[in-house]
Amino acid sequence: MTSRNIISYSFLILALVVVQLLFLKNLAVFGQAFGFLYLLGLLVLPSTLRTIPLMILAFFLGLSIDLFFQTLGMHTAAATCFAFFKHIWLKISSPSGSYEESEEPTLSQIGLVRYVSFALPLLFLYSLVFFVADHWGTGTFIAVVSKSFFSSVFTLLLTILVQLLFFKRKRGIS
Amino acid sequence: MLRIFEFLYKIRTFLLFVLLEFLAVWIIVSNNSPQGAAFFNSSNAWTGKALEKQSEVVQFFSLAEANASLNSENALIKQKLLGLQAQPDSLPLQIDSLLEARYKFIGARVIANSLRLSQNYITLNKGEKDGVKPGMGVFNSQGVVGRIKSVSKNYAVAFSLLNTSLLLSAKIKTSDVFGSIQWDGTNSSEAQLLYVPRHVTVSKGDTILTSGFNAVFPEGILIGQISDVAVNQKDPNYLALTVQLSADFSRLTYVYLVENPAFQELDSLQNQSVLPND
Repeated sequence: MTSRNIISYSFLILALVVVQLLFLKNLAVFGQAFGFLYLLGLLVLPSTLRTIPLMILAFFLGLSIDLFFQTLGMHTAAATCFAFFKHIWLKISSPSGSYEESEEPTLSQIGLVRYVSFALPLLFLYSLVFFVADHWGTGTFIAVVSKSFFSSVFTLLLTILVQLLFFKRKRGIS
Repeated sequence: MLRIFEFLYKIRTFLLFVLLEFLAVWIIVSNNSPQGAAFFNSSNAWTGKALEKQSEVVQFFSLAEANASLNSENALIKQKLLGLQAQPDSLPLQIDSLLEARYKFIGARVIANSLRLSQNYITLNKGEKDGVKPGMGVFNSQGVVGRIKSVSKNYAVAFSLLNTSLLLSAKIKTSDVFGSIQWDGTNSSEAQLLYVPRHVTVSKGDTILTSGFNAVFPEGILIGQISDVAVNQKDPNYLALTVQLSADFSRLTYVYLVENPAFQELDSLQNQSVLPND
Protein backbone atom coordinates (compact mmCIF):
# COMPACT_ATOMS: atom_id res chain seq x y z
CA MET A 1 0.00 0.00 0.00
CA THR A 2 1.27 3.44 -0.84
CA SER A 3 0.93 6.28 1.61
CA ARG A 4 -1.64 7.87 -0.67
CA ASN A 5 -3.67 4.71 -0.43
CA ILE A 6 -3.42 4.67 3.34
CA ILE A 7 -4.71 8.23 3.57
CA SER A 8 -7.64 7.59 1.26
CA TYR A 9 -8.62 4.41 3.11
CA SER A 10 -8.42 6.22 6.42
CA PHE A 11 -10.76 8.89 5.08
CA LEU A 12 -13.14 6.25 3.78
CA ILE A 13 -13.29 4.46 7.13
CA LEU A 14 -13.66 7.70 9.07
CA ALA A 15 -16.49 8.85 6.79
CA LEU A 16 -18.26 5.50 7.12
CA VAL A 17 -17.98 5.57 10.90
CA VAL A 18 -19.42 9.09 11.01
CA VAL A 19 -22.33 8.03 8.79
CA GLN A 20 -22.87 4.98 10.99
CA LEU A 21 -22.95 7.08 14.15
CA LEU A 22 -25.12 9.89 12.83
CA PHE A 23 -27.63 8.21 10.55
CA LEU A 24 -27.69 4.46 11.09
CA LYS A 25 -27.76 4.42 14.87
CA ASN A 26 -31.44 3.95 15.55
CA LEU A 27 -32.40 2.78 12.10
CA ALA A 28 -33.86 -0.69 11.89
CA VAL A 29 -36.00 -1.48 8.86
CA PHE A 30 -39.19 -3.21 10.09
CA GLY A 31 -37.48 -3.57 13.47
CA GLN A 32 -35.36 -6.34 11.95
CA ALA A 33 -32.77 -5.10 9.50
CA PHE A 34 -29.87 -3.11 10.92
CA GLY A 35 -27.34 -1.40 8.66
CA PHE A 36 -23.70 -1.98 9.57
CA LEU A 37 -22.40 0.17 6.76
CA TYR A 38 -19.02 0.84 8.40
CA LEU A 39 -18.03 -2.74 7.55
CA LEU A 40 -17.60 -1.61 3.96
CA GLY A 41 -14.32 -0.04 5.11
CA LEU A 42 -13.05 -3.45 6.23
CA LEU A 43 -14.49 -5.26 3.22
CA VAL A 44 -12.73 -3.29 0.51
CA LEU A 45 -9.29 -3.11 2.11
CA PRO A 46 -6.87 -4.86 -0.27
CA SER A 47 -5.47 -8.28 0.53
CA THR A 48 -1.98 -6.81 0.95
CA LEU A 49 -3.14 -5.85 4.41
CA ARG A 50 -2.62 -9.12 6.27
CA THR A 51 -5.09 -10.66 8.67
CA ILE A 52 -3.25 -9.64 11.84
CA PRO A 53 -3.22 -5.86 11.23
CA LEU A 54 -6.73 -6.13 9.79
CA MET A 55 -7.93 -7.87 12.93
CA ILE A 56 -6.37 -5.26 15.21
CA LEU A 57 -7.91 -2.50 13.10
CA ALA A 58 -11.30 -4.23 13.26
CA PHE A 59 -11.03 -4.64 17.01
CA PHE A 60 -10.51 -0.95 17.63
CA LEU A 61 -13.03 0.08 14.98
CA GLY A 62 -15.66 -2.12 16.64
CA LEU A 63 -14.72 -0.78 20.07
CA SER A 64 -15.13 2.82 18.94
CA ILE A 65 -18.56 2.04 17.47
CA ASP A 66 -19.47 0.30 20.73
CA LEU A 67 -18.50 3.30 22.83
CA PHE A 68 -21.10 5.41 21.07
CA PHE A 69 -23.78 2.76 20.77
CA GLN A 70 -23.81 1.56 24.38
CA THR A 71 -23.26 -1.99 23.11
CA LEU A 72 -19.88 -2.55 24.72
CA GLY A 73 -17.93 -5.44 23.28
CA MET A 74 -20.63 -6.64 20.92
CA HIS A 75 -19.49 -4.85 17.76
CA THR A 76 -15.90 -5.52 18.86
CA ALA A 77 -16.39 -9.28 19.01
CA ALA A 78 -18.30 -9.32 15.72
CA ALA A 79 -15.81 -7.15 13.83
CA THR A 80 -12.81 -9.19 15.01
CA CYS A 81 -14.51 -12.37 13.88
CA PHE A 82 -15.35 -10.72 10.57
CA ALA A 83 -11.71 -9.72 10.02
CA PHE A 84 -10.36 -13.16 10.91
CA PHE A 85 -12.52 -14.91 8.32
CA LYS A 86 -12.25 -12.28 5.58
CA HIS A 87 -9.13 -13.55 3.81
CA ILE A 88 -9.98 -17.19 4.36
CA TRP A 89 -13.38 -16.71 2.83
CA LEU A 90 -12.04 -14.52 0.01
CA LYS A 91 -9.70 -17.36 -0.99
CA ILE A 92 -12.43 -20.01 -0.80
CA SER A 93 -15.10 -17.98 -2.58
CA SER A 94 -12.86 -16.98 -5.50
CA PRO A 95 -12.91 -19.23 -8.55
CA SER A 96 -9.67 -21.25 -8.57
CA GLY A 97 -6.68 -19.38 -9.92
CA SER A 98 -8.35 -15.99 -10.08
CA TYR A 99 -7.36 -14.88 -6.60
CA GLU A 100 -4.87 -12.09 -6.78
CA GLU A 101 -2.95 -10.95 -3.78
CA SER A 102 -3.11 -7.27 -4.51
CA GLU A 103 -6.66 -6.95 -5.58
CA GLU A 104 -9.29 -4.92 -3.79
CA PRO A 105 -12.50 -6.87 -3.45
CA THR A 106 -14.69 -3.98 -4.56
CA LEU A 107 -17.80 -4.27 -6.66
CA SER A 108 -16.21 -2.84 -9.80
CA GLN A 109 -13.10 -5.03 -9.47
CA ILE A 110 -14.66 -8.43 -8.95
CA GLY A 111 -18.16 -8.05 -10.38
CA LEU A 112 -21.56 -8.33 -8.75
CA VAL A 113 -21.89 -12.11 -8.47
CA ARG A 114 -18.50 -12.63 -6.88
CA TYR A 115 -18.99 -9.59 -4.67
CA VAL A 116 -22.28 -10.92 -3.29
CA SER A 117 -20.91 -14.41 -2.72
CA PHE A 118 -17.89 -12.88 -0.99
CA ALA A 119 -19.61 -10.22 1.13
CA LEU A 120 -22.96 -11.73 2.11
CA PRO A 121 -21.68 -14.70 4.18
CA LEU A 122 -19.18 -12.45 5.97
CA LEU A 123 -21.87 -9.90 6.77
CA PHE A 124 -24.15 -12.71 7.95
CA LEU A 125 -21.40 -14.00 10.23
CA TYR A 126 -20.92 -10.52 11.64
CA SER A 127 -24.64 -10.05 12.28
CA LEU A 128 -24.92 -13.50 13.81
CA VAL A 129 -22.13 -12.88 16.31
CA PHE A 130 -23.59 -9.47 17.11
CA PHE A 131 -27.15 -10.63 17.72
CA VAL A 132 -26.10 -13.73 19.64
CA ALA A 133 -24.19 -11.42 21.98
CA ASP A 134 -27.15 -9.04 22.15
CA HIS A 135 -29.81 -11.68 22.82
CA TRP A 136 -27.62 -13.80 25.09
CA GLY A 137 -29.90 -15.81 27.35
CA THR A 138 -33.07 -13.93 26.45
CA GLY A 139 -33.98 -14.16 22.78
CA THR A 140 -35.06 -17.12 20.72
CA PHE A 141 -32.93 -18.79 18.09
CA ILE A 142 -35.36 -17.86 15.29
CA ALA A 143 -35.33 -14.17 16.26
CA VAL A 144 -31.53 -14.11 16.21
CA VAL A 145 -31.26 -15.82 12.82
CA SER A 146 -33.96 -13.75 11.15
CA LYS A 147 -32.49 -10.50 12.47
CA SER A 148 -29.03 -11.58 11.29
CA PHE A 149 -30.27 -12.56 7.86
CA PHE A 150 -32.22 -9.37 7.19
CA SER A 151 -29.47 -7.20 8.61
CA SER A 152 -26.82 -8.80 6.41
CA VAL A 153 -28.98 -8.38 3.28
CA PHE A 154 -29.77 -4.78 4.16
CA THR A 155 -26.09 -4.03 4.86
CA LEU A 156 -25.12 -5.67 1.56
CA LEU A 157 -27.57 -3.45 -0.31
CA LEU A 158 -26.17 -0.40 1.46
CA THR A 159 -22.58 -1.31 0.59
CA ILE A 160 -23.51 -1.86 -3.06
CA LEU A 161 -25.35 1.46 -3.17
CA VAL A 162 -22.43 3.36 -1.65
CA GLN A 163 -19.96 1.75 -4.07
CA LEU A 164 -22.12 2.56 -7.08
CA LEU A 165 -22.52 6.16 -6.00
CA PHE A 166 -19.12 7.10 -4.63
CA PHE A 167 -16.43 4.73 -5.88
CA LYS A 168 -14.63 5.43 -9.15
CA ARG A 169 -14.91 2.67 -11.68
CA LYS A 170 -12.09 0.17 -12.11
CA ARG A 171 -9.80 1.99 -9.75
CA GLY A 172 -11.14 1.35 -6.31
CA ILE A 173 -11.43 4.50 -4.35
CA SER A 174 -9.40 7.48 -5.47
CA MET B 1 11.24 -26.68 22.01
CA LEU B 2 12.00 -24.85 18.80
CA ARG B 3 9.26 -26.80 17.09
CA ILE B 4 6.73 -25.64 19.61
CA PHE B 5 7.68 -22.04 18.94
CA GLU B 6 7.54 -22.65 15.22
CA PHE B 7 4.12 -24.14 15.59
CA LEU B 8 2.90 -21.26 17.74
CA TYR B 9 4.33 -18.82 15.18
CA LYS B 10 2.46 -20.61 12.44
CA ILE B 11 -0.88 -20.26 14.14
CA ARG B 12 -0.20 -16.73 15.42
CA THR B 13 -3.16 -15.31 13.51
CA PHE B 14 -5.51 -17.75 15.15
CA LEU B 15 -4.00 -17.11 18.58
CA LEU B 16 -4.45 -13.37 18.17
CA PHE B 17 -8.03 -13.99 17.03
CA VAL B 18 -8.77 -16.00 20.17
CA LEU B 19 -7.11 -13.37 22.34
CA LEU B 20 -9.08 -10.50 20.82
CA GLU B 21 -12.38 -12.39 21.00
CA PHE B 22 -11.64 -13.21 24.62
CA LEU B 23 -11.01 -9.53 25.30
CA ALA B 24 -14.28 -8.57 23.59
CA VAL B 25 -16.28 -11.11 25.58
CA TRP B 26 -14.62 -9.90 28.76
CA ILE B 27 -15.69 -6.35 27.90
CA ILE B 28 -19.27 -7.51 27.27
CA VAL B 29 -19.46 -9.43 30.53
CA SER B 30 -17.85 -6.79 32.71
CA ASN B 31 -20.05 -4.10 31.19
CA ASN B 32 -23.17 -6.03 32.07
CA SER B 33 -22.31 -6.34 35.73
CA PRO B 34 -23.70 -3.29 37.47
CA GLN B 35 -20.45 -2.10 39.02
CA GLY B 36 -18.03 -2.93 36.26
CA ALA B 37 -16.23 -1.02 33.56
CA ALA B 38 -17.29 2.51 34.28
CA PHE B 39 -14.50 3.71 32.05
CA PHE B 40 -15.92 2.19 28.91
CA ASN B 41 -19.34 3.78 29.25
CA SER B 42 -20.59 6.45 26.95
CA SER B 43 -20.79 8.52 30.09
CA ASN B 44 -17.06 9.08 29.88
CA ALA B 45 -16.01 12.57 28.95
CA TRP B 46 -15.17 12.31 25.25
CA THR B 47 -18.00 10.21 23.92
CA GLY B 48 -20.38 12.06 26.21
CA LYS B 49 -19.36 15.37 24.69
CA ALA B 50 -19.76 14.08 21.14
CA LEU B 51 -23.17 12.57 21.87
CA GLU B 52 -24.30 15.78 23.53
CA LYS B 53 -23.37 17.85 20.47
CA GLN B 54 -25.19 15.42 18.22
CA SER B 55 -28.31 15.46 20.36
CA GLU B 56 -28.30 19.24 20.47
CA VAL B 57 -28.67 19.32 16.71
CA VAL B 58 -31.24 16.54 16.51
CA GLN B 59 -33.34 17.78 19.42
CA PHE B 60 -33.55 21.28 18.01
CA PHE B 61 -36.24 19.93 15.71
CA SER B 62 -38.38 18.63 18.55
CA LEU B 63 -38.12 21.74 20.74
CA ALA B 64 -41.66 22.87 20.00
CA GLU B 65 -43.04 19.52 21.07
CA ALA B 66 -40.94 19.44 24.24
CA ASN B 67 -42.15 22.96 25.06
CA ALA B 68 -45.77 22.00 24.66
CA SER B 69 -45.47 18.98 26.91
CA LEU B 70 -43.58 20.96 29.56
CA ASN B 71 -46.25 23.64 29.38
CA SER B 72 -49.13 21.25 29.92
CA GLU B 73 -47.25 19.60 32.75
CA ASN B 74 -46.65 22.97 34.37
CA ALA B 75 -50.35 23.72 34.21
CA LEU B 76 -51.16 20.43 35.88
CA ILE B 77 -48.64 21.01 38.65
CA LYS B 78 -49.96 24.55 39.23
CA GLN B 79 -53.43 23.16 39.62
CA LYS B 80 -52.28 20.64 42.20
CA LEU B 81 -50.25 23.27 44.05
CA LEU B 82 -53.28 25.51 44.45
CA GLY B 83 -55.09 22.68 46.14
CA LEU B 84 -52.21 22.12 48.52
CA GLN B 85 -51.69 25.71 49.59
CA ALA B 86 -53.05 26.21 53.06
CA GLN B 87 -55.95 28.61 53.51
CA PRO B 88 -55.14 31.50 55.86
CA ASP B 89 -57.78 30.51 58.37
CA SER B 90 -57.37 26.76 58.26
CA LEU B 91 -56.06 24.55 61.04
CA PRO B 92 -52.30 25.01 61.48
CA LEU B 93 -50.42 21.81 60.65
CA GLN B 94 -47.27 20.70 62.39
CA ILE B 95 -44.49 20.17 59.91
CA ASP B 96 -43.23 16.76 60.88
CA SER B 97 -41.74 13.73 59.24
CA LEU B 98 -45.09 12.83 57.69
CA LEU B 99 -45.04 15.88 55.47
CA GLU B 100 -41.33 15.95 54.84
CA ALA B 101 -40.45 15.69 51.21
CA ARG B 102 -39.64 12.01 50.70
CA TYR B 103 -38.26 12.20 47.20
CA LYS B 104 -35.71 14.37 45.47
CA PHE B 105 -36.13 15.25 41.80
CA ILE B 106 -33.55 16.27 39.20
CA GLY B 107 -34.28 17.24 35.59
CA ALA B 108 -32.04 15.93 32.79
CA ARG B 109 -31.79 15.78 29.03
CA VAL B 110 -31.43 12.56 27.02
CA ILE B 111 -28.34 12.73 24.82
CA ALA B 112 -28.28 9.17 23.50
CA ASN B 113 -30.90 6.48 23.36
CA SER B 114 -31.35 3.14 21.67
CA LEU B 115 -34.45 0.99 21.31
CA ARG B 116 -33.70 -1.65 18.74
CA LEU B 117 -31.45 -3.94 20.74
CA SER B 118 -32.44 -6.21 23.57
CA GLN B 119 -30.21 -4.38 26.06
CA ASN B 120 -31.01 -0.72 25.59
CA TYR B 121 -29.43 2.14 27.49
CA ILE B 122 -30.06 5.87 27.79
CA THR B 123 -27.31 8.44 28.28
CA LEU B 124 -28.18 11.59 30.23
CA ASN B 125 -26.41 14.94 30.48
CA LYS B 126 -26.38 15.07 34.29
CA GLY B 127 -23.78 13.31 36.39
CA GLU B 128 -22.21 12.98 39.78
CA LYS B 129 -21.67 16.71 40.13
CA ASP B 130 -25.43 17.28 39.79
CA GLY B 131 -26.19 14.70 42.46
CA VAL B 132 -27.09 11.76 40.23
CA LYS B 133 -26.46 8.38 41.85
CA PRO B 134 -26.70 4.82 40.52
CA GLY B 135 -30.10 3.29 41.25
CA MET B 136 -32.18 6.46 40.83
CA GLY B 137 -35.44 6.12 38.92
CA VAL B 138 -35.95 7.84 35.55
CA PHE B 139 -39.35 8.98 34.26
CA ASN B 140 -40.91 11.71 32.15
CA SER B 141 -44.33 13.30 31.92
CA GLN B 142 -45.65 10.29 30.00
CA GLY B 143 -44.46 7.55 32.31
CA VAL B 144 -41.61 5.46 33.64
CA VAL B 145 -38.46 5.38 31.49
CA GLY B 146 -35.79 3.43 33.36
CA ARG B 147 -33.23 3.34 36.13
CA ILE B 148 -29.71 4.79 36.48
CA LYS B 149 -26.96 2.22 35.92
CA SER B 150 -23.71 4.09 36.28
CA VAL B 151 -22.56 7.66 36.72
CA SER B 152 -19.49 9.63 35.69
CA LYS B 153 -18.62 13.20 36.61
CA ASN B 154 -20.80 14.90 34.00
CA TYR B 155 -22.94 12.14 32.52
CA ALA B 156 -25.04 9.19 33.54
CA VAL B 157 -26.11 5.96 31.83
CA ALA B 158 -29.50 4.44 32.61
CA PHE B 159 -31.09 1.08 31.90
CA SER B 160 -33.98 1.80 29.58
CA LEU B 161 -37.24 0.07 30.51
CA LEU B 162 -36.58 -1.56 27.13
CA ASN B 163 -33.79 -3.62 28.62
CA THR B 164 -34.43 -7.28 29.24
CA SER B 165 -32.41 -7.26 32.44
CA LEU B 166 -34.47 -4.56 34.20
CA LEU B 167 -37.32 -5.62 36.50
CA LEU B 168 -39.65 -3.03 37.96
CA SER B 169 -42.23 -3.41 40.71
CA ALA B 170 -45.69 -2.41 39.44
CA LYS B 171 -49.33 -2.65 40.44
CA ILE B 172 -52.72 -2.67 38.77
CA LYS B 173 -54.52 0.52 39.73
CA THR B 174 -58.04 -0.84 40.14
CA SER B 175 -57.23 -3.93 42.20
CA ASP B 176 -53.89 -2.97 43.83
CA VAL B 177 -52.48 -6.34 42.79
CA PHE B 178 -48.76 -6.08 42.21
CA GLY B 179 -46.35 -7.75 39.83
CA SER B 180 -43.12 -7.08 37.96
CA ILE B 181 -42.71 -5.27 34.67
CA GLN B 182 -40.12 -6.75 32.33
CA TRP B 183 -39.50 -6.20 28.64
CA ASP B 184 -39.28 -9.30 26.45
CA GLY B 185 -37.11 -7.73 23.76
CA THR B 186 -39.55 -7.74 20.85
CA ASN B 187 -41.81 -4.70 20.61
CA SER B 188 -40.50 -1.32 21.74
CA SER B 189 -43.95 -0.13 22.86
CA GLU B 190 -45.00 -3.17 24.87
CA ALA B 191 -43.74 -4.91 28.02
CA GLN B 192 -44.90 -7.85 30.12
CA LEU B 193 -46.44 -7.74 33.59
CA LEU B 194 -45.27 -10.89 35.39
CA TYR B 195 -46.30 -12.75 38.53
CA VAL B 196 -49.96 -11.73 38.60
CA PRO B 197 -51.87 -14.77 39.95
CA ARG B 198 -54.57 -16.31 37.82
CA HIS B 199 -57.49 -15.64 40.17
CA VAL B 200 -57.18 -11.87 39.70
CA THR B 201 -59.67 -10.39 37.27
CA VAL B 202 -57.87 -8.13 34.85
CA SER B 203 -59.40 -6.42 31.88
CA LYS B 204 -57.99 -4.65 28.88
CA GLY B 205 -57.29 -0.99 29.48
CA ASP B 206 -56.49 -1.32 33.19
CA THR B 207 -53.89 1.20 34.27
CA ILE B 208 -50.49 0.00 35.52
CA LEU B 209 -48.63 2.17 38.04
CA THR B 210 -45.40 1.90 39.98
CA SER B 211 -46.05 0.16 43.28
CA GLY B 212 -43.66 2.02 45.54
CA PHE B 213 -42.50 -1.31 46.96
CA ASN B 214 -39.01 -1.15 45.52
CA ALA B 215 -38.56 2.35 46.98
CA VAL B 216 -36.92 3.54 43.76
CA PHE B 217 -40.00 5.23 42.32
CA PRO B 218 -42.68 7.01 44.30
CA GLU B 219 -45.97 5.17 44.29
CA GLY B 220 -48.37 5.86 41.44
CA ILE B 221 -46.21 6.88 38.46
CA LEU B 222 -47.81 5.74 35.24
CA ILE B 223 -46.25 2.80 33.39
CA GLY B 224 -48.91 1.89 30.86
CA GLN B 225 -52.16 0.12 30.17
CA ILE B 226 -53.03 -3.55 29.83
CA SER B 227 -53.41 -4.34 26.14
CA ASP B 228 -53.70 -8.11 26.21
CA VAL B 229 -54.73 -10.72 28.80
CA ALA B 230 -53.90 -14.41 28.47
CA VAL B 231 -52.93 -17.38 30.62
CA ASN B 232 -49.21 -17.96 30.94
CA GLN B 233 -48.31 -21.00 28.86
CA LYS B 234 -45.18 -21.89 30.77
CA ASP B 235 -46.62 -21.49 34.25
CA PRO B 236 -50.44 -21.75 34.34
CA ASN B 237 -50.61 -20.31 37.87
CA TYR B 238 -49.94 -16.86 36.49
CA LEU B 239 -51.45 -14.60 33.88
CA ALA B 240 -49.50 -13.40 30.86
CA LEU B 241 -50.30 -9.69 30.70
CA THR B 242 -49.09 -7.40 27.94
CA VAL B 243 -48.73 -3.75 28.83
CA GLN B 244 -48.82 -0.91 26.33
CA LEU B 245 -46.11 1.42 27.65
CA SER B 246 -47.20 5.03 28.04
CA ALA B 247 -43.74 6.53 27.48
CA ASP B 248 -42.77 6.97 23.84
CA PHE B 249 -39.17 5.73 23.84
CA SER B 250 -38.45 6.88 20.32
CA ARG B 251 -38.88 10.53 21.31
CA LEU B 252 -37.33 10.89 24.72
CA THR B 253 -35.95 14.38 25.25
CA TYR B 254 -36.35 15.61 28.82
CA VAL B 255 -36.65 13.28 31.79
CA TYR B 256 -36.79 13.51 35.58
CA LEU B 257 -34.60 11.57 37.95
CA VAL B 258 -36.01 10.65 41.32
CA GLU B 259 -34.17 9.61 44.44
CA ASN B 260 -35.57 8.29 47.65
CA PRO B 261 -33.22 9.48 50.44
CA ALA B 262 -34.56 6.72 52.66
CA PHE B 263 -33.71 4.02 50.13
CA GLN B 264 -30.58 2.81 51.93
CA GLU B 265 -32.41 2.50 55.21
CA LEU B 266 -35.39 0.67 53.70
CA ASP B 267 -33.21 -1.60 51.63
CA SER B 268 -30.97 -2.66 54.47
CA LEU B 269 -33.99 -3.19 56.72
CA GLN B 270 -35.64 -5.43 54.14
CA ASN B 271 -32.47 -7.40 53.65
CA GLN B 272 -32.07 -8.25 57.30
CA SER B 273 -32.74 -11.92 57.13
CA VAL B 274 -31.53 -13.04 60.54
CA LEU B 275 -34.31 -14.96 62.21
CA PRO B 276 -34.69 -14.86 65.96
CA ASN B 277 -33.44 -18.20 67.26
CA ASP B 278 -35.69 -19.63 69.88
